[in-house]
Amino acid sequence: MNKPARGSLLGIEHLDAKDILGLLKLARRMNPLKARPLLRGKRVVLLFYEASTRTRSSFEFAAKSLGAMTTLVQSSGSSIEKGESVLDTGYTLRAVGADCIVMRHPSAGAPHLMAQHLDIPVINAGDGMHEHPSQALLDAFTILKHKKSFKGLQATIIGDIFHSRVARSACHLLTKFGVKVTLCGPPEFVPDVAATLAPGLRITRHIEDALRGTDVVMLLRVQKERLAGQKIRLQDYIARYQMTTARLKLAKRDAIVMHPGPIIRGLELTAEVADGPQSVIVDEVHNGVPTRMAILARALGKAK
Amino acid sequence: MTRPENKSLLIKGGQLIDPAAKINAPMDVLLRDGRVAEVALPNKIRGSADEKFDARGLIVAPGFIDLHVHLREPGQGYKETIASGTAAAAAGGFTSVCTMPNTAPVVDTAEWVAWLRNPERAAVVNAFPIAAATRGSKGGTLTDFASLQRAGAAAVTDDGKPILDDDVMRMALRLGAELNFPVVQHAEDTRLTENCSMHAGPTSFRLGLRAMPAAAEAAIVDRDVTLAQQIRESRLHVAHLSTADALKAVRRGKRAKARVTCEVTPHHFTLIDENVGEYDTNFKMNPPLRSATDREAIVVALADGTVDAIATDHAPHAAHEKQVEFERASFGITGLETALALAITKLHREHKIPLTRIVELFTAGPARVFDLPGRGTLARGSHADVTIFDPKKRWTFDAAKSRSLSHNTPFDGWQFTGKVVATIVSGKIVHREN
Repeated sequence: MNKPARGSLLGIEHLDAKDILGLLKLARRMNPLKARPLLRGKRVVLLFYEASTRTRSSFEFAAKSLGAMTTLVQSSGSSIEKGESVLDTGYTLRAVGADCIVMRHPSAGAPHLMAQHLDIPVINAGDGMHEHPSQALLDAFTILKHKKSFKGLQATIIGDIFHSRVARSACHLLTKFGVKVTLCGPPEFVPDVAATLAPGLRITRHIEDALRGTDVVMLLRVQKERLAGQKIRLQDYIARYQMTTARLKLAKRDAIVMHPGPIIRGLELTAEVADGPQSVIVDEVHNGVPTRMAILARALGKAK
Repeated sequence: MTRPENKSLLIKGGQLIDPAAKINAPMDVLLRDGRVAEVALPNKIRGSADEKFDARGLIVAPGFIDLHVHLREPGQGYKETIASGTAAAAAGGFTSVCTMPNTAPVVDTAEWVAWLRNPERAAVVNAFPIAAATRGSKGGTLTDFASLQRAGAAAVTDDGKPILDDDVMRMALRLGAELNFPVVQHAEDTRLTENCSMHAGPTSFRLGLRAMPAAAEAAIVDRDVTLAQQIRESRLHVAHLSTADALKAVRRGKRAKARVTCEVTPHHFTLIDENVGEYDTNFKMNPPLRSATDREAIVVALADGTVDAIATDHAPHAAHEKQVEFERASFGITGLETALALAITKLHREHKIPLTRIVELFTAGPARVFDLPGRGTLARGSHADVTIFDPKKRWTFDAAKSRSLSHNTPFDGWQFTGKVVATIVSGKIVHREN
């Protein structure tokens, strides 16, 4: 075991505010259409053990915009299918010549395992229910495009916090800047223990209470299959927690609506909210590329 | 098992702690023909001995007994063997270990019990097999307790898994009561712990790991204690107890004079869930490391007599079974060579539990749990199993130097106070510190 290589990004929790601001500043200077080939000759492996649309494609565009070569390794159609362990896959990719591994895995901590045994930076592109740091960074990037600063902001995260790596990373990031974060949902999705994740988190079961005076509304996908095992019925969830135009009026007038995607219209939010003037959902996806360019540039020591 | 040597060994100048005999005094001990021949005040033993052991400045105690080890044979010799595991036991001061039956295949017949007891296994210390309580430890049909007992099994258990079904547990305790045979329960309501890899609390939430609620243990202990109270003469032993609520159930049973006993592991009185850190699989075991509150309750129960024994739950695994995703990693850690050091460092020095009580938890306590006659004491006529240790010796544990085939320990590099100096089985020194 060793310390993760410099430039690794395993989570938001252990980053300090200065690091985060540095990454965001770098992201603002990144233009995918006019990028300098900072990473020319570098080999970036996209190692995906789980399905992904936006994270994978934006990491790939980000790497290529900076001049890097990329290769995609997925669990199906690779030696992973034959039972190769995470570490053996990592050693193999290193031997092939990888300079950096971007990794998504269904098991929490898998990127940490990789980073503790390899001498190249590992970037967590989502690990189980743990963290999704690049999503939190692109969300911070998006918030700062619409709000002057984090100072005095209130944010509300609604939905299945328990199963959400996006929510965990967002909670860590926002609270580091003093944002007052309210978590809202039924106890099955927002257990009381969630309040221990970061300082200054608040939990409420009532969406009206959660929305009043908030600047940022962050919605999470509701996975029907997860509801099935719970005591809560889909119709009840919609009745109590769906984001509607009427409910959105409780938030500040200039509040923005965010969602990491994929969205399910008619479930966690109505189509009107998704496509409405306060929605920045498409912008988030768009901001994923410059944010991930910054993450890759930092990973490969080209952050200047 | 080691044969008695037709030799005599005089242990001179030590401080004898024999809780079963209520002795804590400077005493000399003479071992002869595999038994304790004489215990007397210093320099009062006359006649000559073939060999002398200078125990000045050291504690002389009955041989330590570990009620709970996984030595992996039959079938998993790449993790551990009876020979390597008992060598680790000897280095840790244990003269007797009780081996768990969750091997490949499961030890659920008299033949396998006999196989384990065969001298060809080359055990360095006494190894008493515990047999499966149900066939294949599948929780359905009880094994043949009587024949297992006749073959030399010390108890029955489905360890690694619980005996979940109420009726099966009731029948196991009933049959155990008829035969005076302890039933050891791995208390885990597996309906609440599917796909879980650590204790449910702030740390599991932070790490995004599915987690086992403390109630999954307490619910089973609570049910079992109720059954043990209902079934006269039944003997229930709770393995690796880890939660404050389970302790409450055990106390209830003991107050009601039911024959309920329990053991606690060194890692549960030392570590808590937070120590998992960033997915360190050497902190993954079942039951999992619990909350600080649970650990506090355990320390109190070790001191006040609620807990009967310290048992290691020594669970060796090969490196490739631990260097994987946390959720996929095997449960368990090694523990034989660090148990006494942790007990002295944590329980004695930090929590001020007297050495006599600690020795009791390693000797008289466990001997009582499984009725191991002539063990756990150095009364005249007992087996000549002796553990000699230096309670003040400072040392650093190096996992790479472990006698175990596996090195999956969270205590690598830890600094300890208290070290085993010699381990004597049937009058023969099987481990001696250089």
